[in-house]
Amino acid sequence: MTTATAPPRPHPASLSDLFMAFTLLALQGFGGVLAVVQREMVERKRWLTQEEFLEDWAVAQIMPGPNVCNIALMIGDRYFGLRGALTALAGMLAVPLLLILCLAVLHSHYAHHPGVEGALRGMAAVAAGMIAATGVKLAAALRTHPLPWWQSGAAAVLCVVGVVVFKLPLIWVLLLLGGVCVTLTWRVLKARQP
Amino acid sequence: MSGAPIHIVLSMADWCSLFGHYLMLSLLSVGGAISTSTEMHRYLVVEHHWLTPAQFNDAMAIAQAAPGPNVLFVALMGWNVGLNAGSYGAAFAGVAVTMLGIMLPSTTLTYLAARWAQRNRDRLGVRAFKQGMAPVVVGLVVSVGIILGSAQGAAANSPLWPLWLLSAVAGLLVWRTRVHLLWLLAAGALLGWFQLL
Repeated sequence: MTTATAPPRPHPASLSDLFMAFTLLALQGFGGVLAVVQREMVERKRWLTQEEFLEDWAVAQIMPGPNVCNIALMIGDRYFGLRGALTALAGMLAVPLLLILCLAVLHSHYAHHPGVEGALRGMAAVAAGMIAATGVKLAAALRTHPLPWWQSGAAAVLCVVGVVVFKLPLIWVLLLLGGVCVTLTWRVLKARQP
Repeated sequence: MSGAPIHIVLSMADWCSLFGHYLMLSLLSVGGAISTSTEMHRYLVVEHHWLTPAQFNDAMAIAQAAPGPNVLFVALMGWNVGLNAGSYGAAFAGVAVTMLGIMLPSTTLTYLAARWAQRNRDRLGVRAFKQGMAPVVVGLVVSVGIILGSAQGAAANSPLWPLWLLSAVAGLLVWRTRVHLLWLLAAGALLGWFQLL
C-alpha cells in the first residue's frame, strides 16, 4: 500500500461492470490469464498500480486455489465486498466454462486437423512469451522496493534458476526464498519506523 | 466425445467421494489447481478407472488451448466422468461436483486471508510479507513463461527454433509496446495454421 489517502482513481462503476471486465479478461486469456490480468487491471483500467498488483499477487500465490481466481476475488472484494468478490469470480469462470464445454464436444472432430494443431502451437508460443514479458514488466516495480535493487534482483533471478533449472517444488521456493525475502524486508521496514 | 469410451456406474457414495476428494485437493492447490493434476490422474484414472488416460490428456490439452483460467480442466474431467456414467445430466452433475469441490475451500480461505490482510495492512508483518514476496513473485511469473515455452512441441518434422523466435518476439512486443494481446495470439494462430511453425 502506498498511502492511506490515495487521490481519486479509476474503479469499477457497478457489479455488472465488474462482471463484464472479468469475463472479457478471461476470454482473452489463452494459455493462462495472468498476462491479461496485469495488462487490463494495471495498464488499461488502472484499478491497481503495478506495486499493488505485485502485493495482491503475493497473497493470491501463497493461498491455495487458482491464482487468477484468487486475485479476481480480492479485487472484487475491495470494491463491493462479498458480492463483488463473488461477481468477479463468476465473471472469470461462467462464460469460459460454457465455452470450454462446447470446445470439448467439438474437440473429437477437429483435434487432429493439421491447421488446428498448428494454430494451437502458435498460440501457445505467443502465450509463453506474453507471460515471461509480464514478469519482466513487473520487475520494474522492484525499483521502489524496500530492499536494495541488487538484493531483490538476485532473489528474482534465484527464483527463476530454482524453478526452471533445478525444478524445485513451488512450496519450497515460497517457504525458503520467500521467507528470506520477507525477513530482510521486515528488518528494513522495522529500521525505518520512528 | 460422442460415445463414451467406457461405461461406469456411479453410486451416491462415489459422487460423495469425488466431491470430498476435490475438497481436499483444493486445500493443497498452492500454485494453482494444475499443481494437483498428478494426484487427480492417480485418483480418477489409476485408482477408480472413471476416466481413460486419453480423456485425461485431452482435458488438459483443451483447457490449455481454450481461453479462461486453467482450472477449467477440472470441469472437463467432471464432464467426462459424468458422460462415462451415461448421460448429459450426469455430465453436468460432474462439472458441478468437481468445480464446487476444487473452488469452495480455496476461495473461502483466500477471501478470509485477503480480508484480514487488508484490515491489517498497516501492520509491519503484513507489509513485510506482501512487499517481501514481490521479488519471488516476479521470478515465478518469468519462470512460468519459460516453462510454458520449453513445453511446446514442434510439428513432427519441423525444428523448434521458430516457436522460440515467436515467443521471444511476442514477449518483446508485450514488454515494449501496448499492442493488444489478442492481435498477438491471432498472429500466432495464423502462422501455425499455415504450418509456418
